[in-house]
Amino acid sequence: MAGRTQVNPTRMELTRLKKKLVTATRGHKLLKDKRDELMRQFLDKVRENKRLRERVENGIQAANKNFLLARAGMQDEVLNTALLAPKQKVTLESETENVMSVDIPKFTFKTRTPDENDIYSYGFAFTSSDLDGAVKSLSDIFPDMLKLAECEKACQLMAAEIEKTRRRVNALEHVMIPELQENIKYITMKLDENERSTQIRLMKVKDMMLKEAHGYEDYLNG
Amino acid sequence: MYRIAVVGDRDSIYGFAALGLETFPAESSEEAAKRLRLLADQDYAVIYLTETLASELEEELERYRETLLPAVILIPGVRGNTGMGIQMVKKSVEQAVGSDIIFNEK
Repeated sequence: MAGRTQVNPTRMELTRLKKKLVTATRGHKLLKDKRDELMRQFLDKVRENKRLRERVENGIQAANKNFLLARAGMQDEVLNTALLAPKQKVTLESETENVMSVDIPKFTFKTRTPDENDIYSYGFAFTSSDLDGAVKSLSDIFPDMLKLAECEKACQLMAAEIEKTRRRVNALEHVMIPELQENIKYITMKLDENERSTQIRLMKVKDMMLKEAHGYEDYLNG
Repeated sequence: MYRIAVVGDRDSIYGFAALGLETFPAESSEEAAKRLRLLADQDYAVIYLTETLASELEEELERYRETLLPAVILIPGVRGNTGMGIQMVKKSVEQAVGSDIIFNEK
């Protein structure tokens, strides 16, 4: 198989292919390194992601239980009004961090007021104390939720990049480089063959000319 | 300056309002899908979505997987944990490694 594409067996084509092979080999090595490093970091991140997710899921479930209890002890309307106008407001700042050419977000959150107790947006007179506990449990888990968001997004982005890089590495390794090598071999063989055939032709011509000039034929035939 | 949204059935999310997150109740998955698109176009960096709603929105979620923002994060609702959140993490591992090597340790 002389590659999938037909190549011209010329010296110029040979030089071109050789240069291409060098680039492909170097690209392959670099991409392989990138993939390995990305994979290492991804596995660390994904383990952290798993840990955080378990913690957040348990935290939210516990908080939901607390809220259920709080609702049971209060009238719906009271609860609704209590949470109708939140005092606190959270905003995010997002920066991007570059990990092996993948941009991953980094969040920092800011609360509108620095007072921790502003999460209780109601007077304590008409609400059950269960509600305070429920809101507190949710607020405790919130920093972890944000970390989870950051971590999970990073994992998703890195996974996509790893997949892309892996495909490139495989394409270079199993398609591009073997094909180039095959083509180079084909051209070298063809050029060598041409050279040999020229050489033989020249020798033959020389023989013929000598025979003609010196009358070797008669001499040889006796 | 970005904001945080929480989308889900009302019972699961009303608590987050107290923390200062913006809550958007949605009862059906169509409603949630519409809401999700609206929010993604605005300056919301993180959108928490309950698992129950997310289970019917896989194509929608797929769209936001590879964009930098917003990060759509699944959380369990009042009806309990469906395991879909962890499923999404598994999916990432499978995409990157080719097979799941983190979660079948146990």
